[in-house]
Amino acid sequence: MSDIAIELKGIDKRFGLVHANKAIDLTVRKGTIHGIIGENGAGKSTLMSILYGFYQADSGEILIDGRPVTIKDPNAAIAAGIGMVHQHFMLVENFTVLENVMLGAEDSQILNASIAKARVELKRLEKEYALEVNPDALIEELPVGLQQRVEILKALYRKADILILDEPTGVLTPPEADHLFRILAQLKAQGKTIILITHKLREIMAITDEVSVMRRGEMVATRPTQATSVEELAELMVGRRVLLRVEKGAALPGAVKLKVENLTVRDGRGVTMVDNVSFELKAGEIVGIAGVAGNGQSELLEAISGIRRAAAGTVLLNGSAIDVTGRADPAELRQRGLAHVPEDRHHVGLVLKFEEAENSILGYHREPTYGKGPFLDLGAIRREAEESIRKYDIRPPDPRLKTANFSGGNQQKIVLAREMERGPDVLIIGQPTRGVDVGAIEFIHKRIIEMRDQGVAVLLVSVELDEIRALSDRILVMFAGRVVGERKADAPEGELGLLMAGIDGKMEAAQ
Amino acid sequence: MSNPYAKLPVWVDYGLIPLINLLVAFLVAGLVVLLVGENPLNAAYYMITGAFGRGEYLGFTLYYATTFIFTGLSVAVAFHAGLFNIGSEGQAYIGGIGVALACLWLDRVLPWYGVLPLAMIGAAFFGALWAFLPGWLQAKRGSHIVITTIMFNFIAASLMVYLLTRVLKPMGSMAPQTRTFDAGGQLPKLDWLMGLFGLNIGNAPFNISFLLALAAAFGCWVLIWRTRFGFEMRTMGHSPSAARYAGISESRITIIVMMISGALAGLMALNPIMGEQARMQLDFVQGAGFVGIAVALMGRSHPAGIIPAAILFGMLYQGGAEIAFEMPAISRDMIVIIQGLVILFAGALENMFRPAIGRFFAGLTARAPAARQAKGA
Repeated sequence: MSDIAIELKGIDKRFGLVHANKAIDLTVRKGTIHGIIGENGAGKSTLMSILYGFYQADSGEILIDGRPVTIKDPNAAIAAGIGMVHQHFMLVENFTVLENVMLGAEDSQILNASIAKARVELKRLEKEYALEVNPDALIEELPVGLQQRVEILKALYRKADILILDEPTGVLTPPEADHLFRILAQLKAQGKTIILITHKLREIMAITDEVSVMRRGEMVATRPTQATSVEELAELMVGRRVLLRVEKGAALPGAVKLKVENLTVRDGRGVTMVDNVSFELKAGEIVGIAGVAGNGQSELLEAISGIRRAAAGTVLLNGSAIDVTGRADPAELRQRGLAHVPEDRHHVGLVLKFEEAENSILGYHREPTYGKGPFLDLGAIRREAEESIRKYDIRPPDPRLKTANFSGGNQQKIVLAREMERGPDVLIIGQPTRGVDVGAIEFIHKRIIEMRDQGVAVLLVSVELDEIRALSDRILVMFAGRVVGERKADAPEGELGLLMAGIDGKMEAAQ
Repeated sequence: MSNPYAKLPVWVDYGLIPLINLLVAFLVAGLVVLLVGENPLNAAYYMITGAFGRGEYLGFTLYYATTFIFTGLSVAVAFHAGLFNIGSEGQAYIGGIGVALACLWLDRVLPWYGVLPLAMIGAAFFGALWAFLPGWLQAKRGSHIVITTIMFNFIAASLMVYLLTRVLKPMGSMAPQTRTFDAGGQLPKLDWLMGLFGLNIGNAPFNISFLLALAAAFGCWVLIWRTRFGFEMRTMGHSPSAARYAGISESRITIIVMMISGALAGLMALNPIMGEQARMQLDFVQGAGFVGIAVALMGRSHPAGIIPAAILFGMLYQGGAEIAFEMPAISRDMIVIIQGLVILFAGALENMFRPAIGRFFAGLTARAPAARQAKGA
């Protein structure tokens, strides 16, 4: 028996144009806690899904305990001794703990014997790993932390020696997270191997033995946790990619176009996503909002553009208020000069089943130029679509082609053309180049700078720090819903990276 | 091409796939006929000749088709906004009140062309009213439209029993129906239209509401694809999040679309009430609202597909009756089974053969689009 629990060799996976995992090598030693960190979209979850049999790698090899294995589905993974605790729990809410634990692992059609056996086994596991939970409690009545414990019990019941936890603390309160860490330490002491996926640096430092960093589908480094630092990991995670050079002169900021004051946004469950955010946006400047995805940037954009209702705060557009806490209407805001390129073009910015020309008027379809009275003038719409196709070099140049059949970059150009060509005062852009090919990125960046130079106030959100740094005149960093800092565009990358990871000067000093 | 739902040529999507579904339905139906000990080919012969063999038979087929065009459009319009209106049955039933009131009030005063506009307004109004309530409940209260419209079908049925036994029934009559309308409450038949083709309409109740149905189909096409409102409802149907982004009010669209859908269902009542019976009877809708769901599915929610689909179901109704008449071993219920099979294969299982056909065409055309995409990217 070797002391290597898992060895991945050259794992490669593509989804269409996205290269999610590029020849990943990973070695996890037995009886350790191995952290995998990286920003959202770095390929962590894809890699673990391959290990757990949800996806098949295009190429590469998986070795468990030194033996090559083929994991074609989760059952094969369980048979190989791998258990997974998902970010979103896979529990039947109206089943008891016991029923959930044995679900799919019953011995026979008649349950009585299985139930008795499972009860005994569950008691043993609880005692062995200090995982107390009432076996007869209904899942829906348990707090989230205990539900997660049930997920861990499920894996142990299936005799998992290797546990994968995907962002386990995302749903936990800090005390629950501390408790989870004690459990993980206990499991490690019993000889289990644990893989912890997270983008929170502090957790990695607190509990792991080794840490691997992923970025843009690549495994960029593996370090013993003792021998690394938060600063180094932040730098590795954010990356030191060659800057995309964007030619731009100095900004000439003019009057304040957008003024956000004490804006607070809560999601459907009442969790505060944007916490008391204030800032100003002037004509002729680009303000970038940097941050790891999921720290409130999306909700901020949605609240300002009238898609999502804010809980509190005021937003002034050209000096007059937007009713962000009430009935802000995106259509009305467009008329008042606020254009919005949403983060998710597939579900929000475009209707993929529409023709290109139809998408080129989405949100502007009530304007009088597109028809008389209640009717649409398809000829006029297509003529205008053809013009923006020419201007933005959208390919293939066919306004009647279904939008789903355009490439990501060309789809994004359709949205940009629609939002930029109507002379807005304020342009809000989320993820301008996500899933866009390199050629189009350059074009899009140029257009954004041109808009600025024409006096448009641009608010830019991107998870690509390089992009934020290349385009912005000022950078606001968001963490956990708050703006934790404002920096000039030439601020050092490491400093921004630390802010994005929620580590301010004080924390640094403490370490 | 890994995606079996990838784009197919239009003629495959709207022509070949429905045709294959239909053929399979008839094959299975043939097996059923065989099981009963009858010859499926004979049954098919009776079906076809019974539906199209004579002017009178064709007249009946088109009479049924008229009804199904209205209810099919009703379902389809709602479907384009992502709403599954199962309540066309009840909306058509309530729509009958509007027709009956107009006829009872004016049939002795005005000629049919004077009563018809009022009857249409009445039918549309009452149908829309019956759809407005579920639409409002969904828009403002989040009650799911599938549930509420089913409920409203039952409420409509009970309400009509009450109205036809207590309120609208003439004194002294034993039948749950209104009095028979005079000339002003009877729509002229389309014998002249049949005559153009050298056919004799006989006793078939094929009437001018067929032309109204065709006009309604055209109107729906304009509404869905040529108006700003149609643009908004299609946006909502494809992507509610994109609709919110575009500033389209979900509740407004839901309520208005449901009312349009209900109005179309209500107009169906013209055909049996003014076109055939010259009175409103209990249960005059006879499940046409539910057939409308199958018609809309089979016609891919496009007016140009709904008309042939409605004629197909008209054929099943009329031809089916002929089979039952000619082949005593095949009861009326067997015909319902055959109709059910068509609904099953053409409606519920409409995507059953799609992945296979998709793969077939993807393999066939893999080279051409790949080359085009490479150039376009």
